[in-house]
Amino acid sequence: MAPVLEIQNLTTNFYTEYGTVKAVDGVSYYVDEGEIIGLVGESGCGKSVSVLSAMQLIQTPGRIDSGRVLFKGEDILKYDSKGEKMSAIRGGKIAMIFQEPMTSLNPVLSICRQLTEALEIHLDMDIQSARDRAIELLHMVGLPEAARRIDDFPHQFSGGMRQRVMIAMALSCNPSVIIADEPTTAVDVTTQAQLLELMNDLVTRLHTSLIIVTHNLGVVARYVQRIYVMYAGRIVESGPAEEIFENPRHPYTIGLMRSVPRLGEKRGSRKLIPIDGMPPDLIFMPPTCAFLPRCTYKIERCREEPWPALRQVGEKHYTACFVDIGEKE
Amino acid sequence: MSEAKNDHIVEVQHLKMYFPITRGLLRRHVGDIKAVDDISFFIKNKETLGLVGESGCGKTTTGRCILRLYRPTEGTISFNGDDISHMREKELKPVRRNMGAIFQDPFSSLNPRQTAGSIISDPLKVHNMGNKSEMDDIIARLFKMVGLDPRMTDRVPHEFSGGQRQRIGIARALACRPSLVICDEPISALDVSIQAQIINLLEELQEELGLTYLFIAHDLAVVQHISDRVAVMYLGRIMELTSSEELYENPLHPYTRALLSAIPIPNPKIERTRHRIVLKGEVPSPANPPPGCHFHPRCELAINDCSVGVPPLRDIGGGHYVSCLRV
Repeated sequence: MAPVLEIQNLTTNFYTEYGTVKAVDGVSYYVDEGEIIGLVGESGCGKSVSVLSAMQLIQTPGRIDSGRVLFKGEDILKYDSKGEKMSAIRGGKIAMIFQEPMTSLNPVLSICRQLTEALEIHLDMDIQSARDRAIELLHMVGLPEAARRIDDFPHQFSGGMRQRVMIAMALSCNPSVIIADEPTTAVDVTTQAQLLELMNDLVTRLHTSLIIVTHNLGVVARYVQRIYVMYAGRIVESGPAEEIFENPRHPYTIGLMRSVPRLGEKRGSRKLIPIDGMPPDLIFMPPTCAFLPRCTYKIERCREEPWPALRQVGEKHYTACFVDIGEKE
Repeated sequence: MSEAKNDHIVEVQHLKMYFPITRGLLRRHVGDIKAVDDISFFIKNKETLGLVGESGCGKTTTGRCILRLYRPTEGTISFNGDDISHMREKELKPVRRNMGAIFQDPFSSLNPRQTAGSIISDPLKVHNMGNKSEMDDIIARLFKMVGLDPRMTDRVPHEFSGGQRQRIGIARALACRPSLVICDEPISALDVSIQAQIINLLEELQEELGLTYLFIAHDLAVVQHISDRVAVMYLGRIMELTSSEELYENPLHPYTRALLSAIPIPNPKIERTRHRIVLKGEVPSPANPPPGCHFHPRCELAINDCSVGVPPLRDIGGGHYVSCLRV
């Protein structure tokens, strides 16, 4: 199966007055047709910038300095960011769902207008058929009384419902890929469960590829086939979801898993093992591995050589670490 | 719930906190937001009581009532045996010396123009705890206690990272050596790798100083990790209250079960096979809560009786309290 969207060696820098922020530093990942992948990392690791770069939504002082973004084999970074070809991709072929539905929906337009706009532009629908399709979409995402509520404004909906509207909007033009950037971070856990189940059902049914960008490893565990873990602008580990959880091979991934409390642990049975220190300043990046100051596995070689490239440690499993962290440790 | 005992540092009985909704120029009273609607519980000395629930369930309001930042609509709150629910500000001052508060957002809860040292010394000044040099000693000691370098006292909040800022917030809460600390979502604004640092710090401080915590959070996994007992709130009421272990091993209230099953477990093998209870619909408005049990419109087990009377929070044995007719 050929990847439907493939990002190759993407580098995005922000040229600020304090220096160059290396937000994304040579990142590659792909998603196959109908596949669900997770892009996991903490704030500032470059996960959002990497997907925004793929959509050419980076604004000055940011700049995509190198790399290719292949959509069905064609490099869409070559398209003019404001040109017609890119517009057809953005929202049409590749759709996005953002974190905060209150800021990503326009507060002065009814949700009908916001849904039909894309349909009219990308699918050349007339007003009435676009409206009918919008109602159908709202039904599909489980918005009660869709026909009656379609002319309401975003503030008249709860956070969970607004996020359903965002999902409807993303699905509206039958995209090949949906990129969901922290889709459930702003909502409560029971709403999060509702939304994740809904997204999973819909993309599976429509055979759409889905990229879930999140800081929460737990969120992706149930749904994704493969995971990419990012740290300080690079991918430090990637592989099939079960491999990553059962047999993590990068110290950062291991640290992330040890530092979160698990449900059902008895009080005092386990002390959390935090990752000491802080993520590095992306302006003053060390030439060596950026995780080195916080790493508990470090060896002499880590201090002497530049940040290691990803190397294969299992089937489809890659880690950017010199140390051979034993299996089942 | 039970008569006041000596080892109960906080005893809350039938607490109600309604916020009036007003309309028009004359601010006509047209209704109430029933943020907290008749809850009773106690906190034992030196324990951690977790208060968990989704946004709008009244957990923060409960914490603020205990701090007496609000004057409760009804009910009593006793702290160390004294009824503080209707005390005046002047009487509250010595009470508040024994209470500390840690807030969610370390960015907005610290004054950006004050130095870290002066932020921590504010409560000391309010309570006249020592002269300048004594205060400097206390501040240096507090800095060390929360894992910050005492040489950084002259810095302002934006020079610290999120985790460090939360440490300043903790130092401020502990400045007057309180016995009770209300932790209101103390880690939810922090990055995952930093959260564990703060949880561990809170646990260490509790042991060292013999603190009592009311730990308010929406993340049940975190609450369970740190708490001895956990109260689950929904729409202004306590649905279930029991020990941390019992809550996980033997959850009885349908809402607790749904909440537990909604929490993602970072393990695909378990996660993909376990049954997830997806609640239907949304949380009703606290201005107009459903009659009877507040959870009944979304409950799988609901019967007609559930919409009639409010099920009492009853002890089903071993200090396991549950508010459900069907259990």
